[in-house]
Amino acid sequence: MSSTSSSQMGQLVADKHVRYILMAEKKKESLESVVMDHLRMNGAYWGLTTLDLLDKLGTVSEDEVVSWIMTCQHESGGFAGNTGHDPHILYTLSAVQILALFDKINILDVGKVSSYVAGLQNEDGSFSGDMWGEIDTRFSYIAICCLSLLKCLDKINVEKAVEYIVSCKNLDGGFGCTPGAESHAGQIFCCVGALAITGSLHHVDKDLLGWWLCERQTKTGGLNGRPEKLPDVCYSWWVLSSLIMIDRVHWIDKAKLAKFILDCQDLDNGGISDRPEDAVDIFHTYFGVAGLSLLEYPGVKAIDPAYALPVDVINRIIFTKNDC
Amino acid sequence: MHGRPRKASKPEDEAASAAKAVKLRSLQSQFMTYHHEKIYTKEAIELSTKLLEINPEAYTAWNYRKLAVEDSLSRIESDPNSVKSILDEELRVVENALKQNFKSYGAWHHRKWVLSKGHSSTGNELKLLDKFQKLDPRNFHAWNYRRFVVELTNRSEQDELQYTDDMINNNFSNYSAWHNRSVLLSSLLANRVDGFIPEKKIPDEYEIVHQAIFTDPDDQSGWFYHLWLLAQTVNVESPLLTSSWPSHGSSVILSGAGCLIGSPFNVITFCSETGSVPLILYFDQAVGGVSSLTVTIDSELKGNENLVWEPISNKSSQVSCVWVARLKYLISEPCESKEYKVKVRLGNSPGIISSRGFNFSTPYEFVFTAHVHDTAKDSQERIVSWTDGFELWNAQSKDLNSLATSDQLNAGIDLKWRQAAIDSEIECFRLLADSKIGKLTLARLLMASEAMMSDAVVKGVHYEEILQLYNDLMALDSSHHHYYKDEHSVAFLHKVTSSSESLSRYLFRYRGMNNLVCLRLNKLSLSRIASVEKLLFVQMLDLSHNELHSTEGLEAMQLLSCLNLSHNRIRNFSALDSLRHVKQLKVLDVSHNHIGKHSVDTTRYLCSSPLSNSDWSQDDVRRQNPGLVTKYWDAYFVLRDLNLKQLDIAGNEIAGDEFNSFVLQVVPKLVWLNGQKPGN
Repeated sequence: MSSTSSSQMGQLVADKHVRYILMAEKKKESLESVVMDHLRMNGAYWGLTTLDLLDKLGTVSEDEVVSWIMTCQHESGGFAGNTGHDPHILYTLSAVQILALFDKINILDVGKVSSYVAGLQNEDGSFSGDMWGEIDTRFSYIAICCLSLLKCLDKINVEKAVEYIVSCKNLDGGFGCTPGAESHAGQIFCCVGALAITGSLHHVDKDLLGWWLCERQTKTGGLNGRPEKLPDVCYSWWVLSSLIMIDRVHWIDKAKLAKFILDCQDLDNGGISDRPEDAVDIFHTYFGVAGLSLLEYPGVKAIDPAYALPVDVINRIIFTKNDC
Repeated sequence: MHGRPRKASKPEDEAASAAKAVKLRSLQSQFMTYHHEKIYTKEAIELSTKLLEINPEAYTAWNYRKLAVEDSLSRIESDPNSVKSILDEELRVVENALKQNFKSYGAWHHRKWVLSKGHSSTGNELKLLDKFQKLDPRNFHAWNYRRFVVELTNRSEQDELQYTDDMINNNFSNYSAWHNRSVLLSSLLANRVDGFIPEKKIPDEYEIVHQAIFTDPDDQSGWFYHLWLLAQTVNVESPLLTSSWPSHGSSVILSGAGCLIGSPFNVITFCSETGSVPLILYFDQAVGGVSSLTVTIDSELKGNENLVWEPISNKSSQVSCVWVARLKYLISEPCESKEYKVKVRLGNSPGIISSRGFNFSTPYEFVFTAHVHDTAKDSQERIVSWTDGFELWNAQSKDLNSLATSDQLNAGIDLKWRQAAIDSEIECFRLLADSKIGKLTLARLLMASEAMMSDAVVKGVHYEEILQLYNDLMALDSSHHHYYKDEHSVAFLHKVTSSSESLSRYLFRYRGMNNLVCLRLNKLSLSRIASVEKLLFVQMLDLSHNELHSTEGLEAMQLLSCLNLSHNRIRNFSALDSLRHVKQLKVLDVSHNHIGKHSVDTTRYLCSSPLSNSDWSQDDVRRQNPGLVTKYWDAYFVLRDLNLKQLDIAGNEIAGDEFNSFVLQVVPKLVWLNGQKPGN
């Protein structure tokens, strides 16, 4: 990667992406914003992490963001996608991740938040998304990632959580959302990430899964999420980070992937789309920049493949902070 | 968010979408009021219906509807018709929402929630699913919901298998159908349901999947199913012992620490300060339950009745392919050298079980001779050289017992249908030899054929073709160059270790220290390590000038005391994590690698550390240098678990005054760093 000159494959218009994110944050009443009102917490995580990866986190008001986050917390301890909405494990993780970026996890009642998350574990080790009981390995990842950031992983039954994830392993080496469900790159990222954080990657057949994952690279250089589907920039994260965690990333052509991501930029207005010439959004802007980070693109900070947060944030939490 | 074309918005479009935004915002606000004030009137519920029709992703509205349903149900008497009509309305709302977005998690879950109450007819559900299959046969929400309904209605696996048949016959390019087929078939085979016997079913399945692969070799839908069939053909259920060290019929010299004057040339000499030698068992799959109860040692060597067996794996795992115990031999009083026969037996008592639950059942034993010598007087530490003091061994097959294919491997397995299936597949795929999948599958089939071959005369005949196929693939499919490169290295090492003649070309003895057995695999463009089960006797390993980026696989080489990895592609110390299991390692050369050059660590989570949830015991280095420990965390965790005497790290970007002095703190017993004694 370092030997390929960035001018050959196009340029990362970082400043335009920063401006795109800052403007999107302000446009609260656009149709797109109103439709996605309920997942603003996710959007904030995507936008702010991208800013940090481009070393521009200082361009937002930390106090404003943090006080808005706290208005989303429920009496149960969980966080909603936006003020007034119901709590859910999805938005609880995003809230904790944003606070980690600002090194402000200490403002939380950690016991309360961790109890909300731990309380969602079921008998069989799986996790529900909220009190209404939807089960999905995405939630297993979210719980493990969140509790590990809060240094409270021992509040859940880690062995059973791992057991449930392993029960979702398929014969192609991949993972699905529930036992028997088809392998999908997003689910694979969640399961491999959860196994990584809990020191359980020995359950993964790295060669079998590695081959399935490397065959996601299409002739365009982009990656798809499962066989015979179209490439999409968001899989640059899910497939790429999974390959990195199992040490098989050398099985794809990294230069071709980087070129695909760069071709998905809106060079005039900033932002990145799912495919070249499609409409941009914050979601794909984040995954494109995160993917470029994993490809060691110059000017982008290193990102941790399991936590999806900058490496310096994770190293600070894991190596220097004290336990729960 | 997906698949929308990028276009500048015209003023009339902007006005229209601004108007929609205002309407939706007002709808949402009104809904929130009803939700927070727990208002479940007909009017309020209808508002949520409208909201979900426009925006099925508004998850709080689905929660509200569940509360509204429970409120309604509590008000009516349990008249089944009223209950059904309330729930049917929910199903109608879900169906409308799915029309807007048939991938809405909230909508599908709401439907499951309704069905789980048990008052709705399940007959409609499969019909509804057929509709969705036609719209998008890859919609995994629909397939998952199908599984939910199948469980609710107790449909048989055979019926569902037939369904996948129909889907595949309709269109072979349906990976979701192939996936479901694999789940159902493996369950039917595992439960030995009527007619589902591997030797009959697997060949049938090969026929079916051929149509998918041969019709369009570029379509991936059947590839992974075929690979699974291959695994079913090759893998035997019951675990077997692949190799051991010492191997059956071998001799080994055991001594105390230091230099043994006059070690014989053809026998392995093992020296140890602790007076114990590793006994290694290498199985063909991960097993648990290896202990002094399931493995018995018969010998006059005292103190070995209750050996502690340990799996070579990370701390949270109780299973491994490789198990090690330390056989004690050192005698306290000086005496003359003595010979001991050691018999190791396993499989007599049950308890060794594979992770899939199958027993190691065939009793097996191996016998070796240990010559115990007195502790040497000369124990001066000498620097190990990788260039001078080596002599070609000219090892004969009797010296390399470990290469003899364990009779274990072929005992009691029904090989006939398996070999016939592989041969038939090889013939088939020769017809597809121009395509990528044709070449790749052929290479895998030929490797499988080699693995099953017991006839020593014919063994090794396929390797040239396999290596050529991988060379072809590197050119044909350059995006996946390094995948084929790794497979090429694996095949090459299998070839090298397939006979004593080929292996002996690479075997030397190191005159500088007890005639240690040295395997020189330098300058071979190796990107991957393999065949370690055949190399357990190796004490010095030269892998310099290759393309390795990790030591994955070396953990089984328990006799390894010297390792040369200079001039490779190692990027991090975390990539050397497997060496923490090699307790004998004293000399390590990782000079001229890429350590410190890259910001991405591909072995960050494959290394045992607090990042992967390992405990971290406090020590002085951590207390005195918290900053350096965070900066060089992987060097810290890996090096502090090794007992190195000699380390070379020059020629890496990480090396320098700060790092070198940190290393000396972490490894205080180091005698030579970069060829010098520290403090010089």
